[in-house]
Amino acid sequence: MHHKSLTELSAALQGRKISSEELTRFFLDRIGRLDTTLNSFITVTEELALEQARSADKRIAAGDAGVLTGIPVAHKDIFCTQGVRTTCGSRMLENFSAPYDATAIARIASSGTVMLGKTNMDEFAMGSSNETSYFGPVKNPWDGERVPGGSSGGSAAAVAARLAPIATGTDTGGSIRQPASFCNVTGIKPTYGRVSRYGMIAYASSLDQGGVIARNAEDAALLLGAMAGVDPRDSTSVDLPVPDYMTTLSESLRGVKVGLPREWYGDGLDSGVRAVVEAALTSLAGLGVELVDINLPHSPYCIPCYYVIAMSEASSNLSRYDGVRFGHRCENPRDLLDLYIRSRAEGFGTEVKRRIMTGTFSLSAGYYDAYYLKALKVRRLIAEDFRRAFEKVDILAGPVAPTPAFALGEHMDDPVTMYLQDIYTLPLNLAGLPGMSVPAGFDRGLPVGLQLIANHWEEARLFNMAHRYQQETDWHHFVPSRFAGQSETEQNDPD
Amino acid sequence: MDKADVEKIAHLARLAIDQKDIARYARDLSNILDLVKQMEKVETNEVIPMSHPLDATQRLRPDEITETNQREHFQKNAPLVDTGLYLVPKVIE
Repeated sequence: MHHKSLTELSAALQGRKISSEELTRFFLDRIGRLDTTLNSFITVTEELALEQARSADKRIAAGDAGVLTGIPVAHKDIFCTQGVRTTCGSRMLENFSAPYDATAIARIASSGTVMLGKTNMDEFAMGSSNETSYFGPVKNPWDGERVPGGSSGGSAAAVAARLAPIATGTDTGGSIRQPASFCNVTGIKPTYGRVSRYGMIAYASSLDQGGVIARNAEDAALLLGAMAGVDPRDSTSVDLPVPDYMTTLSESLRGVKVGLPREWYGDGLDSGVRAVVEAALTSLAGLGVELVDINLPHSPYCIPCYYVIAMSEASSNLSRYDGVRFGHRCENPRDLLDLYIRSRAEGFGTEVKRRIMTGTFSLSAGYYDAYYLKALKVRRLIAEDFRRAFEKVDILAGPVAPTPAFALGEHMDDPVTMYLQDIYTLPLNLAGLPGMSVPAGFDRGLPVGLQLIANHWEEARLFNMAHRYQQETDWHHFVPSRFAGQSETEQNDPD
Repeated sequence: MDKADVEKIAHLARLAIDQKDIARYARDLSNILDLVKQMEKVETNEVIPMSHPLDATQRLRPDEITETNQREHFQKNAPLVDTGLYLVPKVIE
């Protein structure tokens, strides 16, 4: 059952081969048995899940079901879920019960899905390894000594280990795509403004975007279709129709122009990752696409530009955590200032404090122009690079991250080396572009994803290309042997 | 970045920091700022800053009440409340 795609699970539910309650119990049981080693969930919402499953079964019985009715879903613990603890991976929100549902969550729920629980993440989504979570690191299902990537590491590990059929995630600088690549699952970060940010706990508001981590492109298209669309409660969500991604999923790729940013294939790229990406490009060429070299000349400045903007926005957004109306409060504050500074010092972890400090500095009098304003100008040049690229090509393709999953602890002592992880993913967030990570092969037993990027609002092109690629390849079917179980239709570990 | 810089930023950010952590903060922040200095190489005099990825401006809506009062609900998450008020240490003597 855990090897079935959303479409297959949906058919089984509609055909009464299985009830949503049985399906939900099946995944809750897997989480109970297998997540002790992974730590991919912060909260498992068993009672609520069974209640939602029973109501989904009623809808199915009444003939009032859609394709997602009765499907279990895991949500990143950054999305507010009404009445359910929502921690954002932080001690600050350890006991925070969300007073309302995020719009993205409410939309998914209204289609009759079942919430299994809330997945682990880097604290306030600040990290590329899931090691900054107050609730402990997540382990990579492919190798328990390695990170699953971050910040949506819990969602990626849970889907990779088949503890959930599909999960939500968020991506500020690569937080959906990099863990998807490290865990051999399919992840999409849509165009900025495609999915409402209402109720999605803010890290960097001009970069954050909700999306999906799934077993394949078709599943991701189904769930994104349910999540996406304008929301009066998020003034940055954009009022454009959401196309039916399923209708264009299987279109021919013949003649589609795919640009290869030369700057992304340079020295910083691990040779094993390069080999996987190049093999994937050969497969795409076999499907009729035309590969074209392009340039993104401002690539070397993406990391500093991103971190100044992200940390500045973070320092502003996280000023709301003051120990007064919600969140952690220190014991016996002497006065109001003491209440603020100790509540924040105790509630936030090291990386969050580092980013608040850096952002505060960038925005402070005397440094604002040299750091923050400079970064906003460089951001435009980076966005212009992409605009020019998309005048020549339909899609860009390249690596997701410079290496496969690294070891736990490997980059924890040096924040700058951790930030370099995001070199190929964060440029899209600066430009607001949609991007996808698609399983493309293995390097020394570890999964490697191919990154596909489209112009604004062209998620349908990404789903189409990823789906056609997945029709021709079977990388996305590989499951780590510990989690594969009995199955005749699927393959296990490539080793 | 020296001790005084770190303490000043920590005060602006309303974060208490341990004396023993100051050296590490100074080193980490210096390394991050070195990374950021790479942007100085880019000529940006004529460039308009981009604060929104789609260059969108704030959408306005009619000035109508759309939210309901949920004070009791919200107060459940507060660390210290009394008869509908959020309590903090005395501010005015």
